[in-house]
Amino acid sequence: MTEHQTMSANAGPGLADYNFAYLDEQTKRMIRRAILKAIAVPGYQVPFGSREMPVPYGWGTGGIQITASLIGPNDTFKCIDQGADDTTNAVSIRHFFAKVGGVATTEHTGDATIIQSRHRIPEKPLVEGQIMVFQVPQPEPLRNLEARETETRAMHAYEEYGLQYVRLYENISTFGRIAATAGYPVMVDDRYVMSPSPIPKFDNPKLHNSPALHLFGAGREKRIYAVPPFTKVESLGFEDYPFEVQTWDEVCGLCGAKHTYMDEVVLDDDNNRMFVCSDSDYCADRRAQGHRGPHAGHELTEIAEDVSKNQEVMA
Amino acid sequence: MSAIALEERPLNLAPDAPILRAQNVTKRYGFITGCEDVSFELFPGEVLGIVGESGSGKSTLLNCISGRLSPTAGNVEFATKKHGLTDLFDLSEADRRRVQREELGFVHQNPRDGLRMRVSAGANVAEPLMNLGNRHYGSMREDTITWLDRVELDLARIDDNPRNFSGGMQQRIQIARNLVHSPRLVFMDEPTGGLDVSVQARLLDLLRHLVRRSQLAVIVVTHDLAVARLLADRLMVMKDGHVVETGLTDQVLDDPQHAYTQLLVSAVLQI
Amino acid sequence: MSGQTFIEIDNLEKHFVLHNAGAARIPVFQNLHLSVKSGECVVLAGVSGVGKSTLMRSIYGNYLPTGGAVRVFHEGEMVDITSAPPFQLLDIRRRTLGYVSQFLRVIPRISTLDLVMQPLLDNGVDAKEAEDRSKFILDMLQLPKAHWDLPPATFSGGEQQRVNIARSFVLDFPVMLLDEPTASLDAANRQRVINLINRALSNGAALIGIFHDEAVREAVATSFFEVSEFAAKEVA
Repeated sequence: MTEHQTMSANAGPGLADYNFAYLDEQTKRMIRRAILKAIAVPGYQVPFGSREMPVPYGWGTGGIQITASLIGPNDTFKCIDQGADDTTNAVSIRHFFAKVGGVATTEHTGDATIIQSRHRIPEKPLVEGQIMVFQVPQPEPLRNLEARETETRAMHAYEEYGLQYVRLYENISTFGRIAATAGYPVMVDDRYVMSPSPIPKFDNPKLHNSPALHLFGAGREKRIYAVPPFTKVESLGFEDYPFEVQTWDEVCGLCGAKHTYMDEVVLDDDNNRMFVCSDSDYCADRRAQGHRGPHAGHELTEIAEDVSKNQEVMA
Repeated sequence: MSAIALEERPLNLAPDAPILRAQNVTKRYGFITGCEDVSFELFPGEVLGIVGESGSGKSTLLNCISGRLSPTAGNVEFATKKHGLTDLFDLSEADRRRVQREELGFVHQNPRDGLRMRVSAGANVAEPLMNLGNRHYGSMREDTITWLDRVELDLARIDDNPRNFSGGMQQRIQIARNLVHSPRLVFMDEPTGGLDVSVQARLLDLLRHLVRRSQLAVIVVTHDLAVARLLADRLMVMKDGHVVETGLTDQVLDDPQHAYTQLLVSAVLQI
Repeated sequence: MSGQTFIEIDNLEKHFVLHNAGAARIPVFQNLHLSVKSGECVVLAGVSGVGKSTLMRSIYGNYLPTGGAVRVFHEGEMVDITSAPPFQLLDIRRRTLGYVSQFLRVIPRISTLDLVMQPLLDNGVDAKEAEDRSKFILDMLQLPKAHWDLPPATFSGGEQQRVNIARSFVLDFPVMLLDEPTASLDAANRQRVINLINRALSNGAALIGIFHDEAVREAVATSFFEVSEFAAKEVA
């Protein structure tokens, strides 16, 4: 295929040398095939020929490749990092697709058709037709306990999942409860144990029977896996120590929400702090509707908001 | 229900069917012979010792009969709960792994090979129960404590990492891990190798006790005839990949017939 | 049960081949026949080195006979121990055939009481009863109570010998092999062992024994058996 044929009319101004959405069509086809297989076998890690991307590993190369293979000119793209739309990484990736695809972008969960995420599933319930794309650092939930890839593959193949519980067992013997909070393993469609990337276990229940399609891409580890819409997703647990999500005694300092995933923000040197919604779009939406939290109007509020976001970009 | 209560199985030493049957087991590595033409039967409750010097093919044989290494020729049949006497290498890999996980145990010479060194002692012992599908933390914890107590380990250290234990203690954790799920046959590769004499004696005593109590079948590979004398009901002596002599332990050690066995026995200080 | 043959030795032959001494062949006995009935105590006679202990060990299956058969009455039938499968031989040793050797084989860390209880436990006797019976016999053999919880490794020869005797007589074996059980005992203890032996005989056991002590021999023997009569000829 010549360079000329790969060019796209949709490429933004000044980027005529790039194919639409950056990746060449052959690569997209290969990734789409992997995605189809992943959807057909929920929770199964499909190997794919991950490409070099113009960002380092760990910055979302897997997610970007999935998005690039799926996105079309009519899509509306949202990108979040730790729930926030305005952190450096999220902003950059959003700009990237606006540039190489000329697609519309948004910060509003409800308006987006494709949402790429690093750590969260938005608080606003997803609907049919939406696609979540997760950036996954380590796709193998058994990796910490079993270093051999041949062995973990066999364990998945033969449903030997006793080992997965060892981690939870250790958690209970050490902390008296299952203290693991992120990357908490789930059983997908009663068959494959899957790591739901580093989302907090708070978000695990959102995967269960979700009307949206969830795709997970690990660029460095070269794996794609999926939770198709309306699929059973069960977080692991023991009979006497069942799975539980985190709760907070505090409400969101800005919008007063009680049941969202919270970030803690230190306000001064006197141990004053506030909790705010990690999902910035959800929080802003509530404030626009007139909800107010105990810290609304605090002089540090606006700064604190910025600080919390900047910290996460560095993380 | 406690999965691990040491079943006091009936003391009937005249069982109807073998638990393991090896027929003409041969393993070649290219032109080199690991073991050749080894046949024997093992009955429930029996302890079989395989003795011989380094390089005699003991470990190759052990790996073949435990289903870990496919033999070049011959069969290894194990009396599985589900199908009765079945050739381990005719089973699908999934079934073979299941049998190995649920019905067999394997104690390595070096505990590092048989333990998860990054996982606490307690979790190491509980893992086989989780593999069996136990999903109740409390009951597994109880069974783990029972077993760590049985192998005389300080219970206060149940959540310590194995690498913080001495070699002898690590070996006892490994033994607990391999008995907790009530296997019917346990393989042991030099279980007391690399331990100092007093620790060895404690461990041997413990093993003898556990084996006698539970009537499980054991195949123990050792080059130490004193260990063989204490643990094994009968012996197989190997040299250059071949079995040169078999018999009751005390008969083989007190009245060895083969030249090699005579040499082996006479080379020991006192047994 | 009286009159039942408990041991039948048929055409037994034993020689040793020392492969590491130029394949030297050391003959011991051949064409040996012996049968022992319930209630009999056959004492093996002959000078030292004639093969008494070798015969004893061949009967027990500790030595492998070169030829012939050794049949033992086990579970209602005569079983040839030279051809019995290992688990059956172990079963015979566990339930039918007792053996008191000259020396006690000490097992590290096992207390005297546990050592004596072991044969009972192996036969499925309940732990409490096993303990009571073991304590009874240790008491009878005058082994100091303070010793019961200790492993016998550090005991004197006579004490070890008594532990060994207790271990075999705690169970009523129908057939017993006694290889100098009184060798290192004082007169009082010797008499206690004689009593044990006579009690076993009156209970119908069949015994084969080696006793160097004239008094013991006379007290228990129902017949004598001269092993030297069956001495094998040197092969030319």
